[in-house]
Amino acid sequence: MSRMCVARITYLVFMLSVLGCGSGGSGGNSSSSSTDTTIRVEGSDTMVNLAQAWAEEYKKVRPDISIQVSGGGSGVGIASLIDGVCQLANASRKMEETELKRAEANTGKRPQEIIVGLDALAVYVHKNNPIDSISIPELAEIYGDAGKIESWSALGIKNAGCASDEITRVSRQNNSGTYHYFREALLGNKRDFKLGSIDQSGSKDVVALVSRTPCAIGYSGMGYKTDDLKWLKISKEKGQTGVEPSVATASDGSYPIARPLHIYTLGTPTGVLKEYIDWIRSDAGQQIVIDLGYVPLKNTDKSVTEDADSTADESTAATDADAGTTKQASDNDSVKE
Amino acid sequence: MGGAKANPDSSINKRSLLRTVQLTIDRCEPVIEWIIRLCGWSAILFVFAIFFFVFREGSGMLFENLDLKEFFSSPNWRPNSVVRAQYGVLALLIGTVAVTGLAMLIAVPLGLGAAIYVSEFAGNRAKETLKVVIELLAAIPSVVWGFIGYMVLGPIIIWATDAPVGINVLNGGIILALMSVPIIVSVSEDSLRAVPDSYREAALALGASRWEVVYRVLFPAAKNGLLAAVLLGVGRAIGETMAVLMATGHAVQIPNSLLDPVRTLTATIAAELGETVSGDDHYGVLFVIGIVLFVVAFLVNLAADLVVKGIGGEQHD
Repeated sequence: MSRMCVARITYLVFMLSVLGCGSGGSGGNSSSSSTDTTIRVEGSDTMVNLAQAWAEEYKKVRPDISIQVSGGGSGVGIASLIDGVCQLANASRKMEETELKRAEANTGKRPQEIIVGLDALAVYVHKNNPIDSISIPELAEIYGDAGKIESWSALGIKNAGCASDEITRVSRQNNSGTYHYFREALLGNKRDFKLGSIDQSGSKDVVALVSRTPCAIGYSGMGYKTDDLKWLKISKEKGQTGVEPSVATASDGSYPIARPLHIYTLGTPTGVLKEYIDWIRSDAGQQIVIDLGYVPLKNTDKSVTEDADSTADESTAATDADAGTTKQASDNDSVKE
Repeated sequence: MGGAKANPDSSINKRSLLRTVQLTIDRCEPVIEWIIRLCGWSAILFVFAIFFFVFREGSGMLFENLDLKEFFSSPNWRPNSVVRAQYGVLALLIGTVAVTGLAMLIAVPLGLGAAIYVSEFAGNRAKETLKVVIELLAAIPSVVWGFIGYMVLGPIIIWATDAPVGINVLNGGIILALMSVPIIVSVSEDSLRAVPDSYREAALALGASRWEVVYRVLFPAAKNGLLAAVLLGVGRAIGETMAVLMATGHAVQIPNSLLDPVRTLTATIAAELGETVSGDDHYGVLFVIGIVLFVVAFLVNLAADLVVKGIGGEQHD
């Protein structure tokens, strides 16, 4: 009796699945026989708009390739690259040596760093805040651990919109490349941020919060500027005249907090990945960088930078000469300084 | 291809399928009973599986690398420090307690009051409308609540209190209270309605006012259900993640006032787990926080159970 029941239920399940397949059959067939290539891109929240714009534009160039972009932060992208979940990781900071080693141990390939643009990090305040410029040491005393500047009046500013006079520090969550870069630019490698900052999970959230909060100060990419807030001129030392963030000041190095934007691949990119990255670094791709408010590569930077100790057997066409490659690497270092 | 042929096939399939369903239901009761029993027990299976997973991921850190004294007594949560990584959750723990406590201070009177009004005082029409609206309130996703806290309540708080920033304990507490109220209302309303009408009639016949009926008769009679309602609200508030992530400001500090931003345990896990590489110290610590939350939830439920049983016992004596 009960054996018969099992048979019947099996039959029932089988019939249901046959019916289900019958109705959805044609869809299933077409998707399984398709030859579309998918590139998964993950990482930096700063670069997510840029990566999406590239993906959309590239669809017009190569409709057969679909590119899936997601954000989450540079740390998320790098973690996914290490786990082999995505092919390209966007990062607004450099991968650390431990991360490179872990990726090599996990996947057998050493991640390659490709610079695809620059981003100037703007320091934002509420639009009614009278402050106009600020120096790096002052920012360090505001954001750094045991920093002394806690009120707007300590900066010599009478911030009328902020009744408590308290500086509300808006920061990013600690997996963000922007967080890491800003910490390095302000505090070097020996000092932490002061705890108690309001940690937002995206560049847009920082901008949204600062534009609603008269006491706030925050940092985000230059491209996130809106009419509801203003950015400050930044000077390297107190007393110097501040420099306004712009494409020109970021690429000539006079604006002190600009950083390279990276894409990481596992091993030297080949095939569709290489085509895509070359396109990003071409004039068409760099035009999108400009359109979205980031800083494009200078003409001299425009070929894939290679790791000197790369074990790849064939050097890619993009790097025509070894001498050229090393020169570009040093160029990039000087931009970062 | 062959669409015309497929149609009669599938109609025969459907007919024979219906017959099979009927036969199966008729003859296979024992098997179906067994499947349903499995569904019931699966809840226990899932709870243990979740606990096992969280514990397995966190145990390496918990027993080997973690300084438990620092974990519970230090307010310094610096997992990415350039100086020394510190994993102190005191500030996060206090953040969770502060936001949950404030939420309950608001939600319990509001929820119980609403339940009493709906079950005892409202006319039929008002009762039906209110119940539908309250259930609608429960259906609003938590990310929407967080959004309201961030975009609407934040500026209102700055305007009303001159606080430097609008996303803080007060904001998170109000949002969480609004999220817990529907649960508290519907559970306590059920338990008030379960009190037999004869109790009310007897009290009124003795000359009690309506307030006295509620306070002296209904509250003692519905005690268990009301308590369960409150504890369910507490559970909801402690476990909530998305709304508090957005509305509390997400700042690691011990709050001095209602207007300071804080960070909760759940929001920390949500914001940071994506970045960590499995097997990392940071990854392990986040799972230890998961274990802490699990233990807290277990204790709340256990307390609820014991109290409810205790009260039940008294009534039987």
